[in-house]
Amino acid sequence: MTNSWTDIKNTDLVVIMGGNAAEAHPCGFKWVTEAKANRGARLIVVDPRFTRSASVADLYAPIRQGTDIAFLLGVMNYCIQNDKVHWDYVKAFTNASYIIKDGFEYKDGLFTGYNETKRDYDKSSWDYVIGDDGYAQVDDTLTHPRSVWNLLKAHVSVYTPEMVERICGTPKEKFLKVAEMISECASPTKTMTSMYALGWTQHSKGSQNIRSMAMLQLILGNIGVRGGGMNALRGHSNIQGLTDVGLMSNLIPGYMTLPTEKEVDFESYMSTRAFKPLRPNQMSYWQNYRKFFVSFLKAMWGPAAAPENHFAYDWLPKLDVPGYDILRAFELMNQGKMAGYICQGFNPLLAAPNRKKVTESLSKLKFLVTMDPLDTETARFWENHGEFNDVDSSQIQTEVIQLPSTCFAEDEGSLTNSGRWLQWHWPGGTPPGEAMTDNWIMAQIHIRLKELYRKEGGAFPDPIVNLNWDYADPGEPTAEELAKEINGKAYANVYDPTDATKVVVEAGKRVPSFAALRDDGSTSCGCWIYSGCFNENGNNMARRDTSDPGETGAYSKWAFSWPVNRRILYNRASADLNGKAWDPSRKLIEWDGQKWSGYDVPDIAPTAKPSDVGPFIMNPEGVSRLFVRGMMRDGPFPAHYEPFESPVANLVAPNVRGNPAARVFKGDFEQFAKPASEEFPYAATSYRLTEHFHYWTKHVWVNAVLQPEFFVEISEELAKEKGIVGGGWVRVWSKRGSIRAKAVVTKRIKPLICDGKAVHVVGIPLHWGFTGGAKKGFGPNSLTPFVGDANIETPEYKAFLVNIEPIAGPVA
Amino acid sequence: MFPPVPNPTTRSESPKFGEQDLIRRSASTVTPPAQRQTEVAKLIDVSKCIGCKACQSACIEWNDTHPEVGINTGVYENPHDLTPDMFTLMRFSEWENPETNNLEWLIRKDGCMHCEDPGCLKACPAPGAIVQYSNGIVDFVHENCIGCGYCIKGCPFNIPRISQVDHTAYKCTLCSDRLAVGQGPACAKACPTQAIVFGTKEEMKQHAEGRITDLKSRGFSNAGLYDPPGVGGTHVMYVLHHADKPEIYAGLPNNPRISPIVEAWKGVTKYAGLAVIGVAAATGFMHYMVAGPNRVSQEDEEAAEKLTGEDRRS
Repeated sequence: MTNSWTDIKNTDLVVIMGGNAAEAHPCGFKWVTEAKANRGARLIVVDPRFTRSASVADLYAPIRQGTDIAFLLGVMNYCIQNDKVHWDYVKAFTNASYIIKDGFEYKDGLFTGYNETKRDYDKSSWDYVIGDDGYAQVDDTLTHPRSVWNLLKAHVSVYTPEMVERICGTPKEKFLKVAEMISECASPTKTMTSMYALGWTQHSKGSQNIRSMAMLQLILGNIGVRGGGMNALRGHSNIQGLTDVGLMSNLIPGYMTLPTEKEVDFESYMSTRAFKPLRPNQMSYWQNYRKFFVSFLKAMWGPAAAPENHFAYDWLPKLDVPGYDILRAFELMNQGKMAGYICQGFNPLLAAPNRKKVTESLSKLKFLVTMDPLDTETARFWENHGEFNDVDSSQIQTEVIQLPSTCFAEDEGSLTNSGRWLQWHWPGGTPPGEAMTDNWIMAQIHIRLKELYRKEGGAFPDPIVNLNWDYADPGEPTAEELAKEINGKAYANVYDPTDATKVVVEAGKRVPSFAALRDDGSTSCGCWIYSGCFNENGNNMARRDTSDPGETGAYSKWAFSWPVNRRILYNRASADLNGKAWDPSRKLIEWDGQKWSGYDVPDIAPTAKPSDVGPFIMNPEGVSRLFVRGMMRDGPFPAHYEPFESPVANLVAPNVRGNPAARVFKGDFEQFAKPASEEFPYAATSYRLTEHFHYWTKHVWVNAVLQPEFFVEISEELAKEKGIVGGGWVRVWSKRGSIRAKAVVTKRIKPLICDGKAVHVVGIPLHWGFTGGAKKGFGPNSLTPFVGDANIETPEYKAFLVNIEPIAGPVA
Repeated sequence: MFPPVPNPTTRSESPKFGEQDLIRRSASTVTPPAQRQTEVAKLIDVSKCIGCKACQSACIEWNDTHPEVGINTGVYENPHDLTPDMFTLMRFSEWENPETNNLEWLIRKDGCMHCEDPGCLKACPAPGAIVQYSNGIVDFVHENCIGCGYCIKGCPFNIPRISQVDHTAYKCTLCSDRLAVGQGPACAKACPTQAIVFGTKEEMKQHAEGRITDLKSRGFSNAGLYDPPGVGGTHVMYVLHHADKPEIYAGLPNNPRISPIVEAWKGVTKYAGLAVIGVAAATGFMHYMVAGPNRVSQEDEEAAEKLTGEDRRS
């Protein structure tokens, strides 16, 4: 989230699209009801199904899954055509005025530089014209034909309301009503918030779905303001924390990247991470990358990381591929190239796509370790559960080691919520049986590995034997010790860069924030963006002060919000070029002629003049990007692509199938149903229900009572066509698998008319498996295709093709 | 936001309400207290409800009931009806509004309405099995319940359910045990959107006014409060978007009132019945006076021994 849950109460319009907040985030949704009840805010829900969120919405518009980009570019087109643009904001705070290189073009669904065999682009033309002064060239009048604004205007012009209806199946008058309501938020005194979740990410163009809304929000001037923002509703209580601390195969903590094998030494790694400002006076905050990176290496290897060995840069793993994401991991397992798998709090047998392939892959492992408080399906993948897990155990040689761990309510630590708040929690109960904390398990594995490396050497023992392990009990580091390490400390006195006699942090003390980090090895910091969470003031994550001056919803003394307790990112953008709030009733920070101050921690230097320094401090431009240069694999602008399995062909680019830049492994393409397939005619989607949380709560009696049995949802029309009755049994199958379910026949799903063709939607919730207290059932991953987003490989769970038929029930 | 009910005090206090606060007691008479306690109410704002079932979950947890893991029958309601183990239930209705042609998914939390004029209590023949406190709560006292099921017949909302385990009737207590220590009902505490709020009946009516104004601003011109006068008003009330059509909310009665049979039974019939009993008693006495007591004859003894003997053998 750019904003926070509590800030949603400040909005005038909530758009829930690509998510179902009432269903999947019922507690956070209270802030929507607050905005509605106290401010008269309106709620729009755009979804293939009439969801629980839709049940309390002012306006619901149906949409075919996988067509969100067409819809959003359509709204953008509407705003531009109807002059519903926050012009001052767009001119000052976006790259609308930047001039793009001549070679760049978009034609027939493809951007310049496409290579079909590599399924990748040569992105060299996706860039600004850089002047002799080293800065990007701009045209403040927005008249230059090669300005981002004019390219964008042309790019979205194809997405007329008629085209949106043809692609998305959204009736034109519904679309226009949505577009009109959204466009009103171009006013400086009206804001809209976007609440989205996996309904946007789980697509082969998930990143671009989100980008489309981010661009729309920029055009409306809704980023950095109270009640605005791009608000990703994270799917687990700590999934924000997971990404923050870099639990991705290509990241290290704080959104720094793991080196690639081409970056053979420290300086070659740093050479592409200089982030020189692209416009005069801009902060380009990533210029501090070296400080954060060196401090991270110091946190990893402590005294063993020294200037002489480039702070142990060589001990970091180097990537030979863009990333070892979940899809690649299972592909490698399936090829027999990955022999062991440690599954910590993860249930891939139900969570990874194409379950058949997952089972085959796990069966080829030498060993599988699971660390989980629950008896997961993955830990039992080898066990025959009849039709629910029909495997031949005698043919599976994988050794499975189940390590029972504590659950969140049984241990201490912090959880980072969607709004970037690090909230400390304390144990509420004693772990049962043999369950141990994850910290204990990891430490014990580490100690034993370290001992083995010490004794036996091995190919490359250095990173393991030198790992800094400075904890009171090396066998179980405490949550506080880890949090302090993440916060960072000074190894030697840290001096003020402008006054060498002034000590900022004394040696041995924890740093107050990342501003004190240095690149000479005098500081360490486990995750720079979290720095300040546990400084010498104490555990700021444990703060529980509910005071809220001005009732802004900031709650600045509750827990700790990264970075530096900032509650709304890009908050400089809440004020105009003179530093005055766009909306006086929604003041956040203002410039008093000398400095910035207000209700939040300013994200630019407190003395940075409003006319000089742009709000988007992480970008070398200082402004936000309507055009992203070469940073997205699938294009600098979003474009409509159909899902890989689509009930219709791509109307705007008939020759393009799926997202042309998405990675597809050999063998998986053959397992996709053809576009407009007669064999698999129905558009399926998967989702959560509010009664359950993933595959956990089926282990809880009460939740199992409230939603006991697996079902699929279809329209009355499809039910009639196929002879399916509510409560009866159906079989649903895709090119990859088949499941059996109860049928829920509902008015909440209606066939969508896309370019004259009726598209039927089949909804498949995801909470059932073969362990736990609920009735045994299946998950959608038995059916879903093995393909992910072009940029981050999130699997395409939200749009695929199936067939359905009524069947006789199982013999009792 | 409606202010949350504060945590209870840890100081020891005299009971909030007990026997001395009863205003009605089934099949018996009580001396009502000189002064009623402030009337309380739970307000369920259907327009704010997202159907998450947190209320059901909290109700199961607080009351420590054990409903069984059922099956899916093609609907979202689970369990499928109120049961002796499920005192509250989200009922889902898909309604196409003929005026707007828009679908509305109406989700109503069903459960005891705590009528001011409780039909269950009136119908109950077991002394003290159903009581009403002066704050309005209608509560079942299980040790006095005989499991006859008359309370179900008497209830205009079809709420109580008889347990097949202990053969007594169960329903929502409005968390009288929580209220007794200054807490709100468990369902209200668990509700994430404050669709369920709890306070004095007056406060709830005021709160409802604000909600109705908001709903009217959103085009629900018939939004209103459901506090049906047919049962003297209720201590559980609804805010409805379509207060003119309560029946679209899974059959919420339009004008609930105690069944005329129960009214008649407990009214005219009761006194007529008492008169009949009186006459019968008088007749019996007269017969005794005239004919003397019955005596057991030899034939009677033999017949009885034969019967019990047969019983023992079989």
